[in-house]
Amino acid sequence: MAKDIRFLQGNEAVSEGALYAGCKFYAGYPITPSTEIAEHLSGSLPKVGGRFVQMEDEIAAMAATIGGAIAGQKSMTATSGPGMSLKMENLGYACLTEIPCVIVNVMRGGPSTGLPTGPGQSDIMQAKWGTHGDHPAVALTPSTVPEQLTETVRAFNIAEKYRVPVILLTDEIIGHMREAVEMPEPGELEVVDRKVPTCDPSEYLPYKPDADDLVPPMAAFGSEYRYHITGLNHAEDGFPSNDGKLAQADEIRQQKKIDQAYDDIVKVEEFMCEDAEHLIFAFGSTARSAKEAVQKLREEGIKVGLFRPLTIWPFPEKHLEKYVGKAKTVVVPEMNLGMAIFEVERVFKGQAKIEGFNKIDSEPINPIEIMETVRRVK
Amino acid sequence: MAFDYSAYLRDGKIPHIWCPGCGYGIILKSFIRAIDKLGWNKNEIVVTSGIGCASRLPGYVDFNTLHTTHGRSLGFATGVKLANPNLKVIGLGGDGDMTAIGGNHFIHACRRNIDITCLVFNNYIYGMTGGQYSPTTPKNAKATTVPYGNADNQFDISSLAIGAGATFVARTTTYHAVPMEKLIMQALQHKGFSVVEIMAGCPTGYGRKNKQGSPANMIQWQKDMSVPVAKAKDMTPEEMGDKFAVGVLHQEEKTEYVEAYDAQVGLS
Ligand SMILES: Cc1ncc(C[n+]2csc(CCOP(=O)(O)OP(=O)(O)O)c2C)c(N)n1
Ligand code: SF4
Repeated sequence: MAKDIRFLQGNEAVSEGALYAGCKFYAGYPITPSTEIAEHLSGSLPKVGGRFVQMEDEIAAMAATIGGAIAGQKSMTATSGPGMSLKMENLGYACLTEIPCVIVNVMRGGPSTGLPTGPGQSDIMQAKWGTHGDHPAVALTPSTVPEQLTETVRAFNIAEKYRVPVILLTDEIIGHMREAVEMPEPGELEVVDRKVPTCDPSEYLPYKPDADDLVPPMAAFGSEYRYHITGLNHAEDGFPSNDGKLAQADEIRQQKKIDQAYDDIVKVEEFMCEDAEHLIFAFGSTARSAKEAVQKLREEGIKVGLFRPLTIWPFPEKHLEKYVGKAKTVVVPEMNLGMAIFEVERVFKGQAKIEGFNKIDSEPINPIEIMETVRRVK
Repeated sequence: MAFDYSAYLRDGKIPHIWCPGCGYGIILKSFIRAIDKLGWNKNEIVVTSGIGCASRLPGYVDFNTLHTTHGRSLGFATGVKLANPNLKVIGLGGDGDMTAIGGNHFIHACRRNIDITCLVFNNYIYGMTGGQYSPTTPKNAKATTVPYGNADNQFDISSLAIGAGATFVARTTTYHAVPMEKLIMQALQHKGFSVVEIMAGCPTGYGRKNKQGSPANMIQWQKDMSVPVAKAKDMTPEEMGDKFAVGVLHQEEKTEYVEAYDAQVGLS
């Protein structure tokens, strides 16, 4: 059978990925440059028996998304800058209560209303630290339109498997560009469903983790398991507890749950890195220019490679550590004033010369700018 | 025979956190009796709440219960209902929770007419944080953040709900424990967004500051201030003064949101 190849916009590819993953509920609030995701799903979700709702703001949209997940459906919301800031309160709720859901942030420029139609990569640290308190963070950074689809599927899988909110951190460039996407056949990509309890309902402890993966099985409201969920620190039975020691142990368990799944969650592309004396660390749309820069610099005989995280949180430190002592320089181009570079510096601990190339003028970083930086610092 | 509440209360979760004399215990009991009369399956009941003293109620009742963030419970409730319309969803909270921080969610839930029952515990004050003024604190009343008396205007929660499009709106007080049970039952049975505003005393945060006397005096005050709807209709604003109408204030038939959505998109 002929392959189904479609010329999709990046945001449409996210919606297609959500449908592929089994998403049945979307709650959102319009904002550029993410709106096409909502527009697509408002039409396509009912066709697969799902529902779409446009809420009164992003706070409510995040709340409804979590509510949908608790009622048993795979749920998603999408937004950009200002909306992401509003989602932070309830994102924290999803963190502490371990509710699987996917939050798409199509990054745009500037703080506040900023540059609504321009690209940015300035929400990297917000994805990790934006909501208060200690909690693990998972964020994925696709670079191509096909990856918008596959990484959305992966975002759902990680969310469901580990009971965590997952952020798909993309940007205006990939969100709005069009590329050919070979649509995956059913069964071609893995689709994971959350683990549900099998014990007698009278014995169900909603926050008792399984010993191996540290993930508590999750029952849907409306099933035979009746239970309580609270955003207060809680005991295994789900009820609030003021016991600081217990709160600490539980938050450490949640962090460990994600830390120990590093190999499953963290995905990187290492392009021409084997013999590289110089690395370019780039993600999202910037990595597209970085890849071209690598190819051109190689033609000049410069041994350079691209290290491209598809998972930015947890930070791919185990992968990057392999280059400590090997790479003499690392160039980190980002459409912000320097964010991921701090993590790169943390991994290299002074054992390489690390140089950022930063732009926040709403223009993409081009290959020439990256090449010049590499030539200058090498 | 006395009503046995234990079938609906969770083992080991009582005593509750509420102060002696707090009106919320009366609401809890009327709520339980209303559910009992309806004979609903506990597995199908979802109670969501925000943050505050009122919002602690879900922790005590043996249903699916979701204690969320301050003011946001109706957002969560909307997601639950849309993801599984078979569930019977109740969203509750205090006056601050529902009409200050959650005001936007409250009016839009009313407008949408989604089949959720909203119980607003109106004690004129932010109880949990220690008695700061709320959108329902009366003019000139005292609270910890209006030590000179309140200059701010008061929200009428029921009128707000009616204006925003709720299709069933009732007001009651903790003095009226039995009528309250009936009104909650009616609200639960109503198809669409229903609101019951319940006047309740907060002796700790409000009563003390405003010299309202004992919890019993505060309940007596509720009795004195309430006027049955039928009677209130014939009274002039001057006659009503600070008094408030109790009973069913508004009821209409209108297509419920999830049904309207499903019909619109071809899901039903
Ligand atoms: C975002 C946020 N802001 C502030 C608070 C602090 N807070 C907790 S309860 C509350 C007010 C509660 O008053 P009300 O909703 O009227 O309920 P009551 O306690 O009187 O039942 C406030 C302001 C909070 N928990 N979250
Ligand atoms: S502070 Fe007021 S509302 Fe809160 S429990 Fe005490 S009396 Fe009730």
